[in-house]
Amino acid sequence: MLKVDNVTKVYKVGTFGGKTMTAVDAVSFDVRPGEVVSLIGESGSGKSTLGKMILGLVPITSGSITVDGVAVKPGKEYYRSVQGVFQDPFSCYNPVFKADRVFQLIKESYYPAVPAAEWTERVRSAIRDVRLNPDEVLGKFPHQLSGGQLQRLLIARALLLDLKLLIADEITSMLDASTRIDVLNLLAELKARGLGVLYVTHDLSLGHYLAERTVVLRHGTVVEMGVTAKVFDDPLHPYTRQLLSAVPRLHAPWEEAAPVGSCLYHERGGTGGLLEADPGHFVACAQLSNC
Amino acid sequence: MSLRVNDLRVHYRTLRGEVKALDGVSFTMADGEILGLAGESGCGKTTLGKSLIRMDGRMRHAGGTVELDGRDLPIGDDKAMIAFRFHEVSLIPQYSMSAMNPTRRIGRMVAELLRSRGVPLDVKELESRLDLVGLPREVLNRYPIELSGGMKQRMVMVISTLLDPSLLIADEITSALDVSTQQAVAKALLGFRESGYVKSMIFITHDLALTSHIADTIMVMYAGRLAEKAPSNKLTKAPRHPYTRLLINSLPEIGVRHQDRMLKGIPGSPPSLLDPPRGCRFRDRCPMAGEECAEDPPPVEIEPNHFVACWKA
Repeated sequence: MLKVDNVTKVYKVGTFGGKTMTAVDAVSFDVRPGEVVSLIGESGSGKSTLGKMILGLVPITSGSITVDGVAVKPGKEYYRSVQGVFQDPFSCYNPVFKADRVFQLIKESYYPAVPAAEWTERVRSAIRDVRLNPDEVLGKFPHQLSGGQLQRLLIARALLLDLKLLIADEITSMLDASTRIDVLNLLAELKARGLGVLYVTHDLSLGHYLAERTVVLRHGTVVEMGVTAKVFDDPLHPYTRQLLSAVPRLHAPWEEAAPVGSCLYHERGGTGGLLEADPGHFVACAQLSNC
Repeated sequence: MSLRVNDLRVHYRTLRGEVKALDGVSFTMADGEILGLAGESGCGKTTLGKSLIRMDGRMRHAGGTVELDGRDLPIGDDKAMIAFRFHEVSLIPQYSMSAMNPTRRIGRMVAELLRSRGVPLDVKELESRLDLVGLPREVLNRYPIELSGGMKQRMVMVISTLLDPSLLIADEITSALDVSTQQAVAKALLGFRESGYVKSMIFITHDLALTSHIADTIMVMYAGRLAEKAPSNKLTKAPRHPYTRLLINSLPEIGVRHQDRMLKGIPGSPPSLLDPPRGCRFRDRCPMAGEECAEDPPPVEIEPNHFVACWKA
């Protein structure tokens, strides 16, 4: 469904845009219907830039992004099927208006012909779909709702459209542990309905919990991607290994990171292409044959 | 005993009344102990940290005493705290990323800071501390904007501990960092204790897994009160308070997949602290709640150093 093909993004930086910075460098992956793909990377890896390019919020420098064969074209028709939810739910609402205004705005621009009574029923069922009680959340101001509730309302808003693809960019990083998992479970339910979800995160354990496939980004390039279980249980790239060893675990001490001194990936950055180590498990590592 | 907090109450003044952010918390810390402080947002963990150094003018000290190294800490008195602030108690703030003066090179800023406290700058000492946290010495010639988030965080850590405080409060210092930087920062904290730059430390976080790696003891708070306090491995392996159990069960760890084992969040939300209800504050969300929970559960030491405030524990 979503196909990202050899996409590069170069930002102009510096005082008068005199310098350039490559944020995303020749990245290709895809998301199928009914699948959660997690995009994992540290800050500056280009994961959010990718999400924004898919949403048409920043232009692509080269390469192509298509959804069901149609190129990204910011506009009503595109956003009917592709929607994003972002990190900070508190700043997605206008504090002056009630939170349910976001639903009214959807009706005004997409479904002006739907009668009010039917629309109300649709809104209530979308809110129930995100496991909220409509009576508790409708008619409230944003400050009266918790971060988890606001985040789920934004997902409900996206569900009112004929949604095919949801870009979830760090949607749980501002939430408490106790509510974070509810939002993740919700995403897992959505994929059962045939929705494709691109879950952008820096938290490896959350990505592992949810995703069918995992893409690991570093400095704008894909270092490893494949079925989640393969990438996490049998990481081939030294960078993936290092990331995994740094994740704090509740009942086990930190593993010593594999020595990276013998590895060239630090100096070389990209290696010029992904190798298929196992079927469906790609890794960018020049040393793979020697490991 | 390094720190002894007895029935501490701190309130915030708001237009709608006093928010009882900290409502009777008592605990002690041994010399050299690292205490992890965990809980949901709004549980009072940051308030507890900040009240020990009294950095926030909106806070009102409503009762209770704090003793640091056998001396009373005058946390209700701004003026009297000046002698203690940064010398005895120091804080690494949550907003470390923007804590440094953007118009000064870092070296000059540090020198100015020390001069304002009447302490001469010992360049050798400063450099050895930079080595400890793994920063190159040339950062002193750079501006804060030239450092990455993790480097800024570590620089602020060095600055906060220059006066060798007895108690260091680290407030959510790792939440904005990547896993590998998180690990480096956590290890630098342990290094501070080993080198004797700080005696004991309160590590405030919402990340229980990370806390369990560096803290000796973990204290879980709920709605302005202590829920459970126990040695780290005991708290993570055999928690007794229902809230701690639910919190730990909601943590996704590598190895847990949604299709294999679905984790559950904790339904509901904490009570408003403007007018907190009587009795156990977790009662409304607790699966084990019974009639006795209408009374306030006192923190009980069920095993040595294992305190639980729950009737059912």
